[in-house]
Amino acid sequence: MIEAHGLTKFYGHKKAVDDLTFTVRPGVVTGFLGPNGAGKSTTMRMILGLDAPTAGTVRVNGKAYREHSAPLHEVGALLEARSVHTGRSAFNHLLALAQTSGISRARVNEVVDLVGLQEVAGKRAGGFSLGMGQRLGMASALLGDPQTLILDEPVNGLDPDGIRWVRNLLKSLAAEGRTVFVSSHLMSEMAQTAQHLIVIGRGRLIADTSVDEFIAGSSRNLVRVRTTDPHALAVVLKGPDVTVVAAQGDALEVSGLSTDQIGLAAGGAGITLLELSAQQTSLEEAFMDLTKDAVEYHGATTNDEGLDALETAGADR
Amino acid sequence: MSTATAIPTRPRESSPKKVTQARVILSEYTKFRSLRSTVFSMLAAVVFVVGLSVLVPSVVVAHWPPDRPGEALAFDPTARSLSGIFLAQLAIGVLGVLLISGEYATGMIRASFAAVPARLPVLWAKAAVFATVTLVLMVPSVLGAFLIGQSILTSKHLQANLSDPGVLRAVIGAALYLTVVGLLGIGLGALLRNTAAGISTLFGLLFVLPIIVRFLPSSWADPISKYLPSSAGEAITHVHPNPATLAPWNGFGLFCAYALVVLIAAAISLRRRDA
Repeated sequence: MIEAHGLTKFYGHKKAVDDLTFTVRPGVVTGFLGPNGAGKSTTMRMILGLDAPTAGTVRVNGKAYREHSAPLHEVGALLEARSVHTGRSAFNHLLALAQTSGISRARVNEVVDLVGLQEVAGKRAGGFSLGMGQRLGMASALLGDPQTLILDEPVNGLDPDGIRWVRNLLKSLAAEGRTVFVSSHLMSEMAQTAQHLIVIGRGRLIADTSVDEFIAGSSRNLVRVRTTDPHALAVVLKGPDVTVVAAQGDALEVSGLSTDQIGLAAGGAGITLLELSAQQTSLEEAFMDLTKDAVEYHGATTNDEGLDALETAGADR
Repeated sequence: MSTATAIPTRPRESSPKKVTQARVILSEYTKFRSLRSTVFSMLAAVVFVVGLSVLVPSVVVAHWPPDRPGEALAFDPTARSLSGIFLAQLAIGVLGVLLISGEYATGMIRASFAAVPARLPVLWAKAAVFATVTLVLMVPSVLGAFLIGQSILTSKHLQANLSDPGVLRAVIGAALYLTVVGLLGIGLGALLRNTAAGISTLFGLLFVLPIIVRFLPSSWADPISKYLPSSAGEAITHVHPNPATLAPWNGFGLFCAYALVVLIAAAISLRRRDA
């Protein structure tokens, strides 16, 4: 469990994180989503007590991180930019971390095997590929068998096999009742891994919602229809909240109606349908929509910083 | 590289073990011995100390007696056999700085502080491990250097004996001096967080500051120079009390105080600044 309240961080006069309040719950994978530079890494560093918040508090498993007497057993972290001395072997890196908390050599070997680094554990970490570095980071996060995992961009640089492995690992860790907090700037990756989402842009909270709601809440849920008589169908479907757009070929894209409603309307009018399919909005599209909505919302609330955040969110991608 | 699909079973450790100073010291010892650069630096220090104890006395013996009679009178056989410490302090000082600035350069410091959020145990453990290793290696090295040097000087009957007054103190003092140079390096590395800045500050204090002071009028330079870190620290390595320096243990005490001040400043900075 991670609880942030009014978390704020200034670097000089630059506001990196702005009044973030959220809770990361155990048992599900929570994605921490935002464009590069949105404040994800800064937030994670504050959770781990590496950076002190300018204002606000953040607690992990009920306490400030610094107050834990055995932090590696409480929280495992995969930090950005490979926090590893390049001259040290992977095994010795893990051993040195393990020894601070009385974790055995056997457990070090176990996590090395678990992440698939057994063949290169004796080699200098400086020679590792990005993917091997990420595996080493995962190994250090798992060392203390922690209740909470904080992972900054864990799939960065992994091959498809590695990505699938991380995805399955995170899901099973969450299924065991652990808190799993994973940052990413890739919406598509989060769609397949996370059940809950915390979205930030320029340090501000944009959304705190489940992935399903996030996608369902998007206004762009389209239904793709092919019919023998597109013009007739467009007339039948016409309504105040319904838009019908001609797509490629003879297909129509309809928004504002469910597949059931369209099918019934077509049947009632005696129009033959060749295809009727819901077009699931991708998380990426939902994210774009969310930011667009928030911009429109901004006009009514005169919230300048919200607009800035969203412009950044859009521009950085 | 095969991909394991197994999931860690749990709980692994029956009862979570707390972070203690002793465990952090063990961890820092692992870090220390597992870097090639530290091993090579310590090896270089040993080679400098022992190597120059052969070279310098051999040159002395070959050119004895000196052209100027005053030189023979002021001859300090102990100092000649220990001249390697002036080179060794480079290796040890650089290593002291690197021990912590290297962690900042690579990002390792974040992993270290995530494992030990109180942070200060990491600084104390680095200092304890480094001081212990330096002493364990340097005490035999300076003793060996002294014995080798004296055996060479024996051919001209110039040798000193460990039982002569002040000699044992000067020999062991050389190892103590090197140890505190390393601690000063650790303090500066932690304070400045940058290898280049740490090394140049350390050697600026030790080597450049005395040169600058020497350019001052002697009425200023003389009283100031004996309190500079380098001359205060080296006082313990002089067999014969030198009027231009502090008494051996007073000087060394002052040198330790300088190192302590830097380490305390580093500790305050570590606690306050973001990692």
